[in-house]
Amino acid sequence: MLTDGVSADHAPVDDGLAGDVDPLVIAGRAFASRLIVGTGGAPSLDVLARVLRASGTGLTTVAMRRVDPDGGGSVLDAVRAAGVEILPNTAGCRTAGEALLTARLAREALGTSWVKLEVVHDDHTLLPDPVELLDAARLLVDDGFVVLPYTNDDPVLARRLEQVGCAAVMPLGSPIGSGLGIRNPHNIAMIVERASVPVVLDAGIGTASDAAQAMELGCAAVLVASAVTRAADPERMAVAMRHAVLAGRCARLAGRIPRRWHAQASSPVDGLLGRP
Amino acid sequence: MPAKGVAIVSARAELVVVGGGVVGLAIAWQAAQAGTNVTVVDPAAGEAASWVAAGMLAPASESWFGEEALLRLNLLAVDRFRAFAAALETATGADIGLRRDGTLAVSYDSGDRAALARSAALRRAYGLPVEELDRAQCRRLEPFLSADVQGGVLAAGDWSVDNRRYLAALRRAVTDAGAGQLTGRVARLEVVADRVAGVTLTDGHMVAAETVVLAAGAWSGSIDGVPEPVRRGVRPVKGQLLRLRLPQRMPPVLQRTVRATVRGFDVYLVPRTDGEVVVGATVEERGFDRTVTAAAVHDLLRDAMTLVPVLGELVLAEMCVGLRPGTADNGPIVGGTDVDGLIVATGHYRNGVLQSAATAEAVMAVLTGAPLPAEWAPFTGRTAVYPPAARWPIWSRWSPARSRASPSPSTARWCPAAPGPTPGSPTVTESKS
Repeated sequence: MLTDGVSADHAPVDDGLAGDVDPLVIAGRAFASRLIVGTGGAPSLDVLARVLRASGTGLTTVAMRRVDPDGGGSVLDAVRAAGVEILPNTAGCRTAGEALLTARLAREALGTSWVKLEVVHDDHTLLPDPVELLDAARLLVDDGFVVLPYTNDDPVLARRLEQVGCAAVMPLGSPIGSGLGIRNPHNIAMIVERASVPVVLDAGIGTASDAAQAMELGCAAVLVASAVTRAADPERMAVAMRHAVLAGRCARLAGRIPRRWHAQASSPVDGLLGRP
Repeated sequence: MPAKGVAIVSARAELVVVGGGVVGLAIAWQAAQAGTNVTVVDPAAGEAASWVAAGMLAPASESWFGEEALLRLNLLAVDRFRAFAAALETATGADIGLRRDGTLAVSYDSGDRAALARSAALRRAYGLPVEELDRAQCRRLEPFLSADVQGGVLAAGDWSVDNRRYLAALRRAVTDAGAGQLTGRVARLEVVADRVAGVTLTDGHMVAAETVVLAAGAWSGSIDGVPEPVRRGVRPVKGQLLRLRLPQRMPPVLQRTVRATVRGFDVYLVPRTDGEVVVGATVEERGFDRTVTAAAVHDLLRDAMTLVPVLGELVLAEMCVGLRPGTADNGPIVGGTDVDGLIVATGHYRNGVLQSAATAEAVMAVLTGAPLPAEWAPFTGRTAVYPPAARWPIWSRWSPARSRASPSPSTARWCPAAPGPTPGSPTVTESKS
């Protein structure tokens, strides 16, 4: 029976299938939750703390350019107090050089070599700049980082990122903060099919069904920020996302029926008692 | 510097107010008027958020999901501010630049329009009056708005005040009422056997007092001896803003405060009577950093000029940085503490000017043992710490505006490490099976 209690110790939510632990593994590290939460857009630290708890997440991104790691009492403290790991990101960077600088500052301040790599072209579309992104990924991998790149839904670029040594690929569903869901499920499925690193759907999720769809497409995890932090009730949306990720993952592992053009009765029509 | 433990008691007062921003001064004025011997201590280093603030009195425009309790407090605050401002202007003869033309929130692109519609729906849900205007109506109100503006929402009750004039008037009023103003930075709160004894400054001098009000804004958490919930509950939140001034022979370009989301970025434009326009603001978690960055100036100007293109003709007179005192739930921390004689009045975040008058009223109520208005309940810990008027006979001159419900029970809401449900916030019901 599915439980939906909030587990403050981030233990895997019991899906009722005894002995079936299904952790997310990135770069050799296991996470109980397949939901990664972004902190951007939270209206207050109190809401952020409640969101992190309700989501059951084990990993949270923080924009290092917008948060001073030494600034007390802020976002980083709230994340730490929730017992969640911090994944610094390079949000705001436009060039590979900036990304490397930001990643190094984060590594020094936080003591982690994991980084979510974001290199966008402009403030308005916030779409990844594929050329700069690939250059930045190479630079960071060579500098010893564990790189999780935010990318577009191009299967070729995803492959290239994996080839240069990224630990995962994080294709967008649609532009950051747009809430448009997964615009090109076919491409996401192709990326999943050919990747040998985890695929984390990152950006554009608007509501729970989008997160479930991502998992059904075979993504290993999803990253959600605005859909939760900017919802009218962020804590409740965090709960929704938690269930959605679990539901989508279970459905994926359960092996769905194929789509058919016509009907197929669920009970046999032969041999029914009393049939005239 | 004297040896540790040996303080030079340089001064003595009945009440010391730590912090000479709008909150500290409003409290000091009220207390001085009631006949108390008050001293305000402030570093006078030009760092106070009060000096930089745009001065918006905008409960509706600032309202957000899950912050209904704060909205109710802000509505009370606006009500108190009006009477307080009138009394201040009468007492000092000063004009504090109160503007009553309301606030116009406009949208730029279709995403912004959707966001504004959502905000309007929220305001209606909160029972606030909402007047939706189309593009033409907005531009009739504000002719210099860009032709690309899609429409807007007018909040007639969201006013503004000139923060610097307000601050100057308060200083004058406090002096005229006989309070002392001491220049210095408080390093430590002196507490003896759970009772406040005074404050010690960084230069070693001590000011002895029976009662201390902590109104040090972003610095409230940095003073030694301050109770843990305040120390951990207040953090600096950096804000950068610009002041633009009219060149010669140019008439004022805005009649009222204009707020907008421009392609997803929030910006506000607050006009002053002399035509100055305050453009703000960034919200940054950068500790006590007070540097002006190129990106902030660029982005603020970009968004301001997208909304009101003629602003490009104005003089960029000042680039300001302030530190808002932030708290975990964006609401203030006002009330008594476990230390006898210590009252906190801090954590006002974006609403210091707006909440200054109501805070002064609340602090006076705490001091006299009177009940606080119900709107303060979620934002105050222990309220009446002191015995009633008998202990300080002078306080009996202060009469609360009207009798209210009894003080609310203490709530442990200051401590960020253990966030619990706050009154009025939505609770998530989860079935445990």
